[in-house]
Amino acid sequence: MTPVRRQRLILILLMVAGIGIAVTFALKSFNENLMYFFSTTEVAEGKAPKDAKFRLGGMVVEGSVERPDRGIMVRFGLTDYNKQVTVEYSGILPDLFREGQGIVANGRLNSKGVFIAEEVLAKHDENYMPPEVAESLKEPVPEAEKQ
Amino acid sequence: MSIIPAPIVRFYHRTASPPHFYSLANKLLPWLVGIFILLAGAGLYGGLYLAPTDYQQGDSYRIIYIHVPAAWMSLFIYVIMAVMGAISLIWRMKIADVVLISSAPIGASFTFIALVTGSLWGKPMWGTWWVWDARLTSELILLFLYLGVISLYGAIEDKRTASRAVAILALVGVVNIPIIHYSVQWWNTLHQGPTVAKMDKPSIHIDMLIPLLLMATAFKFYYAIAMLQVAKVEILKREQNMQWVKKLVETKA
Repeated sequence: MTPVRRQRLILILLMVAGIGIAVTFALKSFNENLMYFFSTTEVAEGKAPKDAKFRLGGMVVEGSVERPDRGIMVRFGLTDYNKQVTVEYSGILPDLFREGQGIVANGRLNSKGVFIAEEVLAKHDENYMPPEVAESLKEPVPEAEKQ
Repeated sequence: MSIIPAPIVRFYHRTASPPHFYSLANKLLPWLVGIFILLAGAGLYGGLYLAPTDYQQGDSYRIIYIHVPAAWMSLFIYVIMAVMGAISLIWRMKIADVVLISSAPIGASFTFIALVTGSLWGKPMWGTWWVWDARLTSELILLFLYLGVISLYGAIEDKRTASRAVAILALVGVVNIPIIHYSVQWWNTLHQGPTVAKMDKPSIHIDMLIPLLLMATAFKFYYAIAMLQVAKVEILKREQNMQWVKKLVETKA
Protein backbone atom coordinates (compact mmCIF):
# COMPACT_ATOMS: atom_id res chain seq x y z
CA MET A 1 0.00 0.00 0.00
CA THR A 2 1.44 3.36 -0.98
CA PRO A 3 1.82 6.03 1.75
CA VAL A 4 -0.93 8.16 0.16
CA ARG A 5 -3.37 5.28 0.18
CA ARG A 6 -2.45 4.32 3.74
CA GLN A 7 -3.08 7.91 4.78
CA ARG A 8 -6.51 7.86 3.12
CA LEU A 9 -7.34 4.55 4.81
CA ILE A 10 -6.38 5.97 8.22
CA LEU A 11 -8.44 9.11 7.54
CA ILE A 12 -11.51 7.03 6.65
CA LEU A 13 -11.13 4.81 9.72
CA LEU A 14 -10.77 7.91 11.92
CA MET A 15 -13.86 9.45 10.33
CA VAL A 16 -16.02 6.35 10.87
CA ALA A 17 -14.70 5.90 14.43
CA GLY A 18 -15.35 9.57 15.23
CA ILE A 19 -18.91 9.45 13.95
CA GLY A 20 -19.45 6.18 15.78
CA ILE A 21 -18.31 7.70 19.08
CA ALA A 22 -20.40 10.85 18.55
CA VAL A 23 -23.52 8.81 17.78
CA THR A 24 -22.88 6.53 20.77
CA PHE A 25 -22.79 9.53 23.13
CA ALA A 26 -25.88 11.05 21.53
CA LEU A 27 -27.82 7.79 21.87
CA LYS A 28 -26.64 7.33 25.47
CA SER A 29 -27.90 10.76 26.45
CA PHE A 30 -31.27 10.18 24.74
CA ASN A 31 -31.48 6.64 26.09
CA GLU A 32 -34.71 7.24 28.03
CA ASN A 33 -36.45 8.90 25.10
CA LEU A 34 -35.57 5.94 22.90
CA MET A 35 -37.30 3.52 25.25
CA TYR A 36 -40.65 2.83 23.68
CA PHE A 37 -42.42 2.01 26.95
CA PHE A 38 -42.12 1.99 30.76
CA SER A 39 -42.02 -1.33 32.59
CA THR A 40 -44.59 -2.11 35.30
CA THR A 41 -41.86 -1.97 37.97
CA GLU A 42 -40.98 1.58 36.93
CA VAL A 43 -44.66 2.56 37.14
CA ALA A 44 -45.15 0.87 40.53
CA GLU A 45 -42.08 2.69 41.85
CA GLY A 46 -43.47 6.00 40.63
CA LYS A 47 -40.86 6.65 37.93
CA ALA A 48 -43.49 7.12 35.23
CA PRO A 49 -45.07 10.57 34.60
CA LYS A 50 -48.08 11.24 36.88
CA ASP A 51 -50.16 13.59 34.75
CA ALA A 52 -48.98 12.86 31.24
CA LYS A 53 -49.68 10.13 28.74
CA PHE A 54 -47.07 7.40 28.50
CA ARG A 55 -46.73 3.84 27.25
CA LEU A 56 -46.69 0.85 29.56
CA GLY A 57 -45.37 -2.55 28.50
CA GLY A 58 -45.54 -5.97 30.09
CA MET A 59 -47.05 -9.43 30.10
CA VAL A 60 -50.79 -9.94 30.56
CA VAL A 61 -51.20 -11.89 33.82
CA GLU A 62 -52.71 -15.35 33.27
CA GLY A 63 -56.36 -15.49 34.36
CA SER A 64 -56.58 -11.77 35.06
CA VAL A 65 -58.57 -10.66 31.99
CA GLU A 66 -62.16 -9.77 32.97
CA ARG A 67 -65.05 -7.69 31.63
CA PRO A 68 -66.54 -6.24 34.82
CA ASP A 69 -69.63 -4.57 33.24
CA ARG A 70 -70.10 -7.33 30.64
CA GLY A 71 -69.45 -4.51 28.16
CA ILE A 72 -66.57 -3.47 25.99
CA MET A 73 -64.37 -2.44 28.94
CA VAL A 74 -61.64 -4.99 29.75
CA ARG A 75 -59.61 -5.05 32.94
CA PHE A 76 -56.40 -7.04 33.25
CA GLY A 77 -53.19 -7.21 35.23
CA LEU A 78 -49.89 -6.38 33.56
CA THR A 79 -46.59 -7.62 34.96
CA ASP A 80 -42.86 -7.81 34.30
CA TYR A 81 -42.69 -10.77 36.74
CA ASN A 82 -41.72 -8.29 39.48
CA LYS A 83 -44.46 -5.70 40.04
CA GLN A 84 -48.03 -5.71 38.72
CA VAL A 85 -50.19 -2.84 37.41
CA THR A 86 -53.93 -3.01 36.68
CA VAL A 87 -54.97 -1.79 33.23
CA GLU A 88 -58.44 -0.82 31.99
CA TYR A 89 -59.22 -0.47 28.31
CA SER A 90 -62.34 0.13 26.24
CA GLY A 91 -61.89 -0.79 22.60
CA ILE A 92 -60.95 -3.49 20.16
CA LEU A 93 -58.03 -5.66 21.21
CA PRO A 94 -55.47 -6.78 18.57
CA ASP A 95 -55.35 -10.38 17.30
CA LEU A 96 -52.34 -11.33 19.36
CA PHE A 97 -53.80 -10.10 22.68
CA ARG A 98 -53.85 -13.12 24.99
CA GLU A 99 -53.12 -13.96 28.58
CA GLY A 100 -49.40 -14.54 29.04
CA GLN A 101 -48.54 -12.41 25.97
CA GLY A 102 -46.63 -9.15 25.86
CA ILE A 103 -48.52 -5.92 25.14
CA VAL A 104 -47.84 -2.19 25.06
CA ALA A 105 -50.63 0.12 26.26
CA ASN A 106 -50.77 3.88 25.73
CA GLY A 107 -52.63 5.97 28.30
CA ARG A 108 -52.36 7.54 31.76
CA LEU A 109 -52.61 6.59 35.43
CA ASN A 110 -55.75 7.57 37.33
CA SER A 111 -55.79 8.61 40.99
CA LYS A 112 -56.15 5.01 42.19
CA GLY A 113 -53.02 3.91 40.34
CA VAL A 114 -54.99 2.09 37.63
CA PHE A 115 -53.64 2.57 34.12
CA ILE A 116 -56.42 3.80 31.80
CA ALA A 117 -55.35 2.75 28.31
CA GLU A 118 -56.47 4.57 25.18
CA GLU A 119 -54.70 2.15 22.87
CA VAL A 120 -53.46 -1.42 23.31
CA LEU A 121 -50.82 -2.91 20.99
CA ALA A 122 -49.76 -6.54 21.05
CA LYS A 123 -46.03 -7.17 21.22
CA HIS A 124 -45.16 -10.26 19.28
CA ASP A 125 -42.31 -12.41 20.60
CA GLU A 126 -39.56 -13.88 18.44
CA ASN A 127 -40.88 -17.47 18.49
CA TYR A 128 -42.30 -19.12 15.39
CA MET A 129 -43.55 -22.70 15.53
CA PRO A 130 -46.36 -24.95 14.32
CA PRO A 131 -49.39 -25.39 16.68
CA GLU A 132 -48.50 -29.04 17.44
CA VAL A 133 -45.03 -28.04 18.65
CA ALA A 134 -46.46 -25.24 20.80
CA GLU A 135 -48.95 -27.71 22.27
CA SER A 136 -46.24 -30.22 23.16
CA LEU A 137 -44.10 -27.45 24.69
CA LYS A 138 -46.98 -26.40 26.94
CA GLU A 139 -47.48 -29.77 28.62
CA PRO A 140 -44.19 -31.63 28.67
CA VAL A 141 -44.66 -33.00 32.21
CA PRO A 142 -48.01 -34.86 31.93
CA GLU A 143 -46.94 -36.46 28.65
CA ALA A 144 -43.77 -37.76 30.22
CA GLU A 145 -45.79 -39.11 33.14
CA LYS A 146 -48.17 -40.94 30.79
CA GLN A 147 -45.29 -42.83 29.27
CA MET B 1 0.96 -7.25 -1.88
CA SER B 2 3.42 -10.12 -1.73
CA ILE B 3 1.22 -12.21 0.61
CA ILE B 4 -1.62 -12.33 -1.91
CA PRO B 5 -1.11 -14.94 -4.69
CA ALA B 6 -0.43 -13.49 -8.14
CA PRO B 7 -3.56 -14.89 -9.91
CA ILE B 8 -5.84 -13.19 -7.37
CA VAL B 9 -4.02 -9.89 -7.83
CA ARG B 10 -4.36 -10.27 -11.59
CA PHE B 11 -8.09 -11.09 -11.28
CA TYR B 12 -8.57 -8.05 -9.03
CA HIS B 13 -6.85 -5.70 -11.47
CA ARG B 14 -8.74 -7.10 -14.44
CA THR B 15 -12.12 -6.83 -12.71
CA ALA B 16 -11.24 -3.25 -11.88
CA SER B 17 -11.08 -2.37 -15.58
CA PRO B 18 -14.53 -1.39 -16.96
CA PRO B 19 -14.44 -3.46 -20.23
CA HIS B 20 -13.53 -6.60 -18.30
CA PHE B 21 -16.15 -5.96 -15.66
CA TYR B 22 -18.70 -5.43 -18.44
CA SER B 23 -17.96 -8.74 -20.17
CA LEU B 24 -17.71 -10.57 -16.82
CA ALA B 25 -21.19 -9.26 -15.92
CA ASN B 26 -22.51 -10.49 -19.28
CA LYS B 27 -21.08 -13.95 -18.65
CA LEU B 28 -22.36 -14.16 -15.06
CA LEU B 29 -25.90 -12.85 -15.59
CA PRO B 30 -27.56 -15.95 -17.16
CA TRP B 31 -26.15 -18.15 -14.37
CA LEU B 32 -27.30 -15.76 -11.66
CA VAL B 33 -30.81 -15.60 -13.16
CA GLY B 34 -31.01 -19.41 -13.29
CA ILE B 35 -29.92 -19.83 -9.66
CA PHE B 36 -32.26 -17.05 -8.54
CA ILE B 37 -35.30 -18.69 -10.20
CA LEU B 38 -34.47 -22.06 -8.60
CA LEU B 39 -33.93 -20.61 -5.13
CA ALA B 40 -36.91 -18.24 -5.20
CA GLY B 41 -39.18 -20.99 -6.57
CA ALA B 42 -38.12 -23.44 -3.88
CA GLY B 43 -38.28 -20.78 -1.17
CA LEU B 44 -41.76 -19.55 -2.14
CA TYR B 45 -43.14 -23.08 -2.52
CA GLY B 46 -41.63 -24.08 0.82
CA GLY B 47 -42.67 -20.90 2.58
CA LEU B 48 -46.20 -20.47 1.25
CA TYR B 49 -47.21 -24.12 0.82
CA LEU B 50 -45.04 -26.60 2.74
CA ALA B 51 -44.24 -24.66 5.91
CA PRO B 52 -46.68 -25.24 8.79
CA THR B 53 -48.91 -22.45 10.13
CA ASP B 54 -47.77 -20.56 13.22
CA TYR B 55 -49.30 -21.43 16.61
CA GLN B 56 -50.33 -17.81 17.25
CA GLN B 57 -50.41 -15.94 13.97
CA GLY B 58 -51.85 -18.64 11.72
CA ASP B 59 -51.01 -17.93 8.10
CA SER B 60 -50.29 -14.23 8.61
CA TYR B 61 -46.72 -14.98 9.67
CA ARG B 62 -45.90 -16.02 6.08
CA ILE B 63 -45.12 -12.40 5.29
CA ILE B 64 -41.71 -13.04 6.94
CA TYR B 65 -40.65 -14.83 3.74
CA ILE B 66 -40.59 -11.40 2.10
CA HIS B 67 -40.21 -9.06 5.06
CA VAL B 68 -37.18 -10.61 6.77
CA PRO B 69 -35.06 -11.28 3.64
CA ALA B 70 -35.84 -7.74 2.41
CA ALA B 71 -34.83 -6.25 5.76
CA TRP B 72 -31.59 -8.28 5.77
CA MET B 73 -30.85 -7.11 2.23
CA SER B 74 -31.43 -3.48 3.20
CA LEU B 75 -28.57 -3.79 5.73
CA PHE B 76 -26.38 -6.02 3.54
CA ILE B 77 -26.51 -3.69 0.52
CA TYR B 78 -25.72 -0.66 2.65
CA VAL B 79 -22.60 -2.38 4.05
CA ILE B 80 -21.53 -3.23 0.47
CA MET B 81 -22.01 0.42 -0.48
CA ALA B 82 -19.89 1.57 2.46
CA VAL B 83 -17.11 -0.91 1.59
CA MET B 84 -17.23 0.24 -2.05
CA GLY B 85 -17.08 3.83 -0.81
CA ALA B 86 -13.93 3.08 1.18
CA ILE B 87 -12.32 1.28 -1.79
CA SER B 88 -13.21 4.16 -4.09
CA LEU B 89 -11.76 6.76 -1.72
CA ILE B 90 -8.55 4.86 -0.98
CA TRP B 91 -7.71 3.23 -4.33
CA ARG B 92 -9.72 5.54 -6.65
CA MET B 93 -11.22 2.47 -8.30
CA LYS B 94 -13.85 3.35 -10.91
CA ILE B 95 -15.73 0.06 -10.61
CA ALA B 96 -16.22 0.60 -6.87
CA ASP B 97 -18.01 3.89 -7.66
CA VAL B 98 -20.16 2.13 -10.24
CA VAL B 99 -21.12 -0.70 -7.85
CA LEU B 100 -21.86 1.82 -5.07
CA ILE B 101 -24.22 3.98 -7.08
CA SER B 102 -25.82 1.01 -8.86
CA SER B 103 -26.63 -0.59 -5.48
CA ALA B 104 -28.40 2.44 -4.02
CA PRO B 105 -31.80 2.17 -5.79
CA ILE B 106 -31.92 -1.59 -5.13
CA GLY B 107 -31.14 -1.09 -1.45
CA ALA B 108 -33.75 1.66 -1.23
CA SER B 109 -36.35 -0.68 -2.79
CA PHE B 110 -35.58 -3.48 -0.32
CA THR B 111 -35.82 -1.02 2.60
CA PHE B 112 -39.16 0.21 1.26
CA ILE B 113 -40.43 -3.38 0.89
CA ALA B 114 -39.33 -4.21 4.45
CA LEU B 115 -41.12 -1.14 5.82
CA VAL B 116 -44.33 -1.71 3.84
CA THR B 117 -44.62 -5.46 4.54
CA GLY B 118 -43.85 -4.83 8.21
CA SER B 119 -46.58 -2.22 8.34
CA LEU B 120 -49.12 -4.53 6.65
CA TRP B 121 -48.32 -7.20 9.23
CA GLY B 122 -48.27 -4.75 12.11
CA LYS B 123 -51.87 -3.59 11.63
CA PRO B 124 -53.55 -6.94 12.37
CA MET B 125 -50.87 -8.28 14.75
CA TRP B 126 -49.81 -5.28 16.83
CA GLY B 127 -52.91 -3.23 16.15
CA THR B 128 -51.12 -0.35 14.45
CA TRP B 129 -49.53 0.44 11.08
CA TRP B 130 -46.60 2.32 12.52
CA VAL B 131 -44.96 3.20 15.83
CA TRP B 132 -41.91 5.35 16.46
CA ASP B 133 -39.89 2.69 18.25
CA ALA B 134 -36.12 2.35 17.81
CA ARG B 135 -36.20 -0.45 15.21
CA LEU B 136 -38.81 1.09 12.91
CA THR B 137 -37.34 4.57 13.18
CA SER B 138 -33.76 3.49 12.46
CA GLU B 139 -34.95 1.48 9.43
CA LEU B 140 -36.80 4.57 8.16
CA ILE B 141 -33.56 6.57 8.58
CA LEU B 142 -31.85 3.91 6.44
CA LEU B 143 -34.39 4.55 3.67
CA PHE B 144 -33.60 8.29 3.87
CA LEU B 145 -29.85 7.50 3.71
CA TYR B 146 -30.40 5.52 0.51
CA LEU B 147 -32.51 8.32 -0.96
CA GLY B 148 -29.83 10.78 0.15
CA VAL B 149 -27.13 8.82 -1.70
CA ILE B 150 -29.27 8.70 -4.86
CA SER B 151 -30.15 12.40 -4.83
CA LEU B 152 -26.65 13.58 -3.87
CA TYR B 153 -25.24 11.66 -6.83
CA GLY B 154 -27.87 13.13 -9.10
CA ALA B 155 -27.37 16.68 -7.83
CA ILE B 156 -23.65 16.96 -8.66
CA GLU B 157 -22.88 17.47 -12.34
CA ASP B 158 -19.28 16.19 -12.36
CA LYS B 159 -19.55 12.43 -11.76
CA ARG B 160 -16.07 12.14 -10.22
CA THR B 161 -16.92 14.71 -7.55
CA ALA B 162 -20.35 13.12 -7.15
CA SER B 163 -18.80 9.67 -6.61
CA ARG B 164 -16.50 11.01 -3.91
CA ALA B 165 -19.33 12.81 -2.09
CA VAL B 166 -21.52 9.72 -2.25
CA ALA B 167 -18.70 7.50 -0.95
CA ILE B 168 -18.32 9.73 2.11
CA LEU B 169 -22.08 9.79 2.73
CA ALA B 170 -22.21 5.98 2.47
CA LEU B 171 -19.39 5.69 5.04
CA VAL B 172 -21.00 8.20 7.43
CA GLY B 173 -24.33 6.36 7.28
CA VAL B 174 -22.78 2.98 8.07
CA VAL B 175 -22.99 3.75 11.83
CA ASN B 176 -26.76 3.29 11.47
CA ILE B 177 -26.34 -0.40 10.54
CA PRO B 178 -25.36 -1.76 14.00
CA ILE B 179 -28.00 0.56 15.51
CA ILE B 180 -30.72 -1.06 13.39
CA HIS B 181 -29.50 -4.55 14.21
CA TYR B 182 -29.16 -4.06 17.97
CA SER B 183 -32.06 -1.62 18.43
CA VAL B 184 -34.35 -4.40 19.64
CA GLN B 185 -31.84 -5.40 22.32
CA TRP B 186 -30.63 -1.99 23.48
CA TRP B 187 -34.06 -0.42 23.93
CA ASN B 188 -37.65 -1.40 24.69
CA THR B 189 -39.27 -1.69 21.29
CA LEU B 190 -42.59 -2.90 19.98
CA HIS B 191 -40.71 -4.85 17.31
CA GLN B 192 -39.73 -8.30 18.53
CA GLY B 193 -36.15 -9.37 19.18
CA PRO B 194 -34.00 -11.34 16.72
CA THR B 195 -35.27 -14.81 15.74
CA VAL B 196 -32.47 -16.09 13.52
CA ALA B 197 -29.48 -13.71 13.68
CA LYS B 198 -28.39 -14.28 17.29
CA MET B 199 -25.84 -16.31 19.21
CA ASP B 200 -28.49 -18.67 20.58
CA LYS B 201 -30.35 -21.33 18.59
CA PRO B 202 -32.90 -19.72 16.18
CA SER B 203 -36.35 -19.42 17.82
CA ILE B 204 -38.12 -20.66 14.72
CA HIS B 205 -39.15 -24.18 13.79
CA ILE B 206 -36.78 -25.82 11.28
CA ASP B 207 -39.56 -26.36 8.69
CA MET B 208 -40.20 -22.61 8.71
CA LEU B 209 -36.51 -21.67 8.83
CA ILE B 210 -35.35 -23.54 5.70
CA PRO B 211 -37.64 -21.65 3.25
CA LEU B 212 -36.67 -18.41 4.99
CA LEU B 213 -32.97 -19.07 4.39
CA LEU B 214 -33.71 -20.11 0.77
CA MET B 215 -35.54 -16.82 0.22
CA ALA B 216 -32.72 -14.87 1.86
CA THR B 217 -30.20 -16.47 -0.53
CA ALA B 218 -32.53 -15.91 -3.50
CA PHE B 219 -32.72 -12.20 -2.58
CA LYS B 220 -28.89 -12.03 -2.57
CA PHE B 221 -28.87 -13.39 -6.13
CA TYR B 222 -31.63 -11.00 -7.15
CA TYR B 223 -29.50 -8.14 -5.85
CA ALA B 224 -26.49 -9.36 -7.87
CA ILE B 225 -28.63 -9.55 -11.03
CA ALA B 226 -30.23 -6.13 -10.59
CA MET B 227 -26.97 -4.47 -9.53
CA LEU B 228 -24.99 -5.86 -12.50
CA GLN B 229 -27.66 -4.68 -14.93
CA VAL B 230 -27.66 -1.16 -13.52
CA ALA B 231 -23.85 -1.24 -13.37
CA LYS B 232 -23.61 -2.21 -17.08
CA VAL B 233 -25.64 0.84 -18.08
CA GLU B 234 -23.65 3.06 -15.72
CA ILE B 235 -20.34 1.80 -17.20
CA LEU B 236 -21.54 2.46 -20.76
CA LYS B 237 -22.63 5.96 -19.77
CA ARG B 238 -19.31 6.77 -18.10
CA GLU B 239 -17.13 5.27 -20.82
CA GLN B 240 -19.16 6.40 -23.82
CA ASN B 241 -16.19 8.13 -25.41
CA MET B 242 -13.88 5.15 -25.02
CA GLN B 243 -12.77 3.00 -27.93
CA TRP B 244 -14.19 -0.29 -26.55
CA VAL B 245 -17.70 1.15 -26.11
CA LYS B 246 -17.70 2.56 -29.66
CA LYS B 247 -16.60 -0.83 -30.96
CA LEU B 248 -19.34 -2.54 -28.96
CA VAL B 249 -21.99 -0.20 -30.38
CA GLU B 250 -20.70 -0.73 -33.93
CA THR B 251 -20.84 -4.53 -33.68
CA LYS B 252 -24.32 -4.42 -32.13
CA ALA B 253 -25.67 -1.99 -34.77
